[in-house]
Amino acid sequence: MNVAEAFKTMSYGTAPESSSNVEAWLKEHKAGFKMFINGEWVAASKSFDTKNPANGKVLGKVSQASAADIDKAVKAARAAQPAWAALSGHQRAKHLYAIARILQKYSRSLAVLETMDNGKPIRESRDIDLPKAIRHFYHHAGWAQLLDTELPNQEAVGVVGQIIPWNFPLLMAAWKIAPALAAGNCVVLKPAEFTSLSALMFAELLEQSGLPAGVVNIVTGDGVAGQALVDHEDVNKIAFTGSTDVGRMIKSRTAGSGKKLTLELGGKSPFIVFDDADLDSAVEGLVDAIWFNQGQVCCAGSRLLVQEGIAETLLAKVKVRMSKLRIGDPLDKSIDMGAIIDERQKKRIEALVKQGVAEGATLWQPENACPSEGCFYPPTLLTDVEASNVVASTEIFGPVLSVLTFRTQKEAIDLANNTRYGLASSVWSENINRALDVAPQIKAGVVWVNSTNQFDAACGFGGYRESGVGREGGIEGLYEYLKPIENLAPEAEVPKPEKAKKTSPLANAEIFVDQTAKFYIGGKQCRPDNGNSLKVIAQSGDVLGSVGDGSRKDIRNAVEAAYKAEGWSKTSAHGRAQILYFIAENLSYRAAEFCQRLISSVGVSADDARQEVDLAIERLFFYAAWADKYDGAVHQPPIRGVTLAMNEAIGVMAIGCPDRSPLLAMISMLAPVIAMGNRAVLIPSERYPLLATDFYQILETSDVPAGVVNIVTGQREGLMKVLAEHQQVDGLWYHGTPLDCKAVEEASVGNLKRTWVNRGLARNWNDKTEGQGKQFLREATQVKNIWIPYGDSV
Amino acid sequence: MSAEKKNRNPAKPSAVSLKSVAVDQQSGHDDLLNPGTSFNAEWVNDIRINQSAVERRSDSLKARRSPKKNFQAAWLLKAVSCMDLTTLSGDDTPGRVKRLCAKAQHPVRTDLLKAMGAESLNITTGAVCVYHSMVETAVTALAGSGIPVAAVSTGFPACMSPMPLRLQEIEASVEAGAVEIDIVITRHFVLTENWQALYDEVLAYRKACGKAHMKTIISTGQLSTLNNIAKASMVCMMAGADFIKTSTGMEAVNATLPVSLVMVRMIRLYRELTGFKVGFKPAGGIGTAKDAINYLVMIKEELGDEWLNPEMFRFGASSLLADIERQLEHHVSGQYSAHNRHSMA
Repeated sequence: MNVAEAFKTMSYGTAPESSSNVEAWLKEHKAGFKMFINGEWVAASKSFDTKNPANGKVLGKVSQASAADIDKAVKAARAAQPAWAALSGHQRAKHLYAIARILQKYSRSLAVLETMDNGKPIRESRDIDLPKAIRHFYHHAGWAQLLDTELPNQEAVGVVGQIIPWNFPLLMAAWKIAPALAAGNCVVLKPAEFTSLSALMFAELLEQSGLPAGVVNIVTGDGVAGQALVDHEDVNKIAFTGSTDVGRMIKSRTAGSGKKLTLELGGKSPFIVFDDADLDSAVEGLVDAIWFNQGQVCCAGSRLLVQEGIAETLLAKVKVRMSKLRIGDPLDKSIDMGAIIDERQKKRIEALVKQGVAEGATLWQPENACPSEGCFYPPTLLTDVEASNVVASTEIFGPVLSVLTFRTQKEAIDLANNTRYGLASSVWSENINRALDVAPQIKAGVVWVNSTNQFDAACGFGGYRESGVGREGGIEGLYEYLKPIENLAPEAEVPKPEKAKKTSPLANAEIFVDQTAKFYIGGKQCRPDNGNSLKVIAQSGDVLGSVGDGSRKDIRNAVEAAYKAEGWSKTSAHGRAQILYFIAENLSYRAAEFCQRLISSVGVSADDARQEVDLAIERLFFYAAWADKYDGAVHQPPIRGVTLAMNEAIGVMAIGCPDRSPLLAMISMLAPVIAMGNRAVLIPSERYPLLATDFYQILETSDVPAGVVNIVTGQREGLMKVLAEHQQVDGLWYHGTPLDCKAVEEASVGNLKRTWVNRGLARNWNDKTEGQGKQFLREATQVKNIWIPYGDSV
Repeated sequence: MSAEKKNRNPAKPSAVSLKSVAVDQQSGHDDLLNPGTSFNAEWVNDIRINQSAVERRSDSLKARRSPKKNFQAAWLLKAVSCMDLTTLSGDDTPGRVKRLCAKAQHPVRTDLLKAMGAESLNITTGAVCVYHSMVETAVTALAGSGIPVAAVSTGFPACMSPMPLRLQEIEASVEAGAVEIDIVITRHFVLTENWQALYDEVLAYRKACGKAHMKTIISTGQLSTLNNIAKASMVCMMAGADFIKTSTGMEAVNATLPVSLVMVRMIRLYRELTGFKVGFKPAGGIGTAKDAINYLVMIKEELGDEWLNPEMFRFGASSLLADIERQLEHHVSGQYSAHNRHSMA
């Protein structure tokens, strides 16, 4: 088009970013890409093609790692790890700083390569992916520097297997590698098979940067290679970003292995617009929420919840805005939406949209939005979507926005939380009271107030519920690559009691009336649903009494009671502390009685019994003290605003108590859980359940609200399995044998509940570093990052 | 259209119907862009602007569109055609103004236009903008060119002179041949949120302008918040502004993209509410070709192509043209240009 014509049309023309440097690099690797293992380039026996989704052109051949290749990479990481961890924080910081620098030096080539391999617009890879990846290394160079002094009781986890998705290939590699290296771990990273190239170019830069061999190993391949990495016995942690289904499989395959897990999974994130929002800005927010990266974003704001009175106005604006989106060649600088990663993904999007329409949704797409060639899908609006429609609940992972309306703030929150997921959310309102009231009530790891898809290395990112476990970014993300320095020995078995004597408890001169220990559910004592009891036999063989033999239905009732006690999670931290102090006070009133119970049940000495009771009282004080002091953080991302990292309760938590130190262990697990605002279903020691049934009388006299603590006695492992499978239980702590721990973790994958198990290792409950501390608080909470941009002055 | 307006709060029905807008038209200025409406407080009170979000959008706009090569040249010529070539200085003389007017008629070197094949476009600037005392000089100098003369008025830039004098100033400039009047507003009406008073003031200006187009300068750099800027824009449009303009060029902060984005969105909203189109003029602080393209992109994206012409969009600028000329020469020759290769304005 000549200048005069262009003057008349005022069209944009094309503005292709140069790909010549990347084309030359691809040519150098025409023979095929190798893998980066132990600082060397290793070829695999098999390979596969990787394509540019925008035009279908093959970019190169990528190695398919075999199990042997994975093993080689893990061995390299293992060999390199001790020396890497032994470097001073400053030395590791210098390496991370060098990585940040070298990424910066080659940022344009990396951005172009990313766009060619993934199909995302060059604007995004250039202005978002690369700067944020670089920032991640700078930020974590800082953590490496500070680690020795700021986190002295923590050490590296060891060898970490990292499996990343295709939607932000290099950025996710940075999110994984930077904190791992800062903390002293060595990694084996596997990029997604659709998008291996930027990780391989990155590996070449690592080579140049002088990183020691084996610290970072990059293997390529499909899910089979990923599975080999997950299954590898010598991997200490798996960090995965991807679909919830694969995340669930990873949790299942690593159950009981002791492999630490970070899972960043799917979402169906709500984007809530109240009638007092800046609507034009909310529309731009939607562009960034669901038409960013073609909607292939785990935290995409894919559910628009709009207040009824403004719905029509907002949607009219949205349609106008959608018509302005330019879809096409991702290397064109004036393009808003590029290609969908693969034809299979496009077909999945099409099928879900079709199903949504069949279920009543109304479809709207701008006309002539997409180029005729290449793997493109237009921006899509689905209105008349009821909560029951598939497109209201299923992650589409494409540029498809489902719209629902609400009447009130309460209804908005209910709809927002009406999902299995809990990754992110946006709240749009010009009323700070409303926005800050809504944010804590949304069950999601990230809340963006009047903004969306904001990320920064200083802030934690990660999901509630089936959106994952663990955080990436911020100090909360750093902890995922650390473990407390503690050396727990295998638990010695508690000696079997003497053969039960045929004496009745009433033979005991001190007991004049039959005592029937019941369950404690919803603040009431109740009998077992099945009407069965179990004898309680002392170490000496004396029959001490009986307790209810809990069943599935008792667990159901206990979980229901815990679920309904939601008010506890909203009670002030001061209020929770007061209750814990009151429990301690009442326990001290009856200390002698509990001593006696310990002596008669466990057979400990009077001194040991007294010490256990005293420590139990002290532990209650300890967590009462922490209740209003386990503060979150105010992170400082590079915006005008703050990010509040709030430690929130997980929800309903199941606790399976060990037999050793039955009173102290129970209190040590229960107190942090309720101090942090969780509601508990507690299965006491199977051997010494009377300590727990005695304890509910203390709960009853300590103003503990009904349902906050529920106690069901019986066959512990069977009951824990029911709890692990229960979809309403959000977290689970369990102390048991390695085999039982595995079973409990496997059973918990249904709703991906947070689990913390001891794998048969003995925690010394008397010890003040092993038996209590911040680790317990971290395990009893999840971090929510609330982004609050501000400013109203020009 | 107002009748179809969806209220933020369904409890508050819209007070103004399209009919009432029609009877509110002040006088028979056939060629006026915006006949104005009665004062509607609800349209002001409903406004909500989130500054951080506006800034994010402004930043992203800069990176989302990038006309290159012939398109870039065309966009820069468009910027020239939308320029109010301006001199507003206490030491302006007739000689200085004549030179400016000559430049307005030939803003780009003929050989460059020829090389671009753009001679047929007859590129001139959108207007020449001067103080009242230079209006006659400019009108004479531009006779036959079709280039309108704009006069800043109403006690520009501070708006602190008596109202009758301000109105007389408008009338004198119109009398002298100015067909566009750039008025300033009483800022304290905005800062104290006295919207009715602002409306009355601008309406009085409107009447004084007669058939001349009125550009209302709201002096964004002194209005404190984007919400104030949006509300002042809306009030000025209700009072019949043909253009809303950011700045006098004399404030500490003049036109910025975020401020402009807010004003442009108000123009869009006003059009939705009334069906009337209002023009936009960012002024001051726009000095580079890249800036000019950023503004044009914003207009295209937020308002649409209908606004990409001098009837609906103007730059108020004095140094911008020199940078655009150099960019155009670079486009033609492939070599970076120098200031002294282009005639002074």
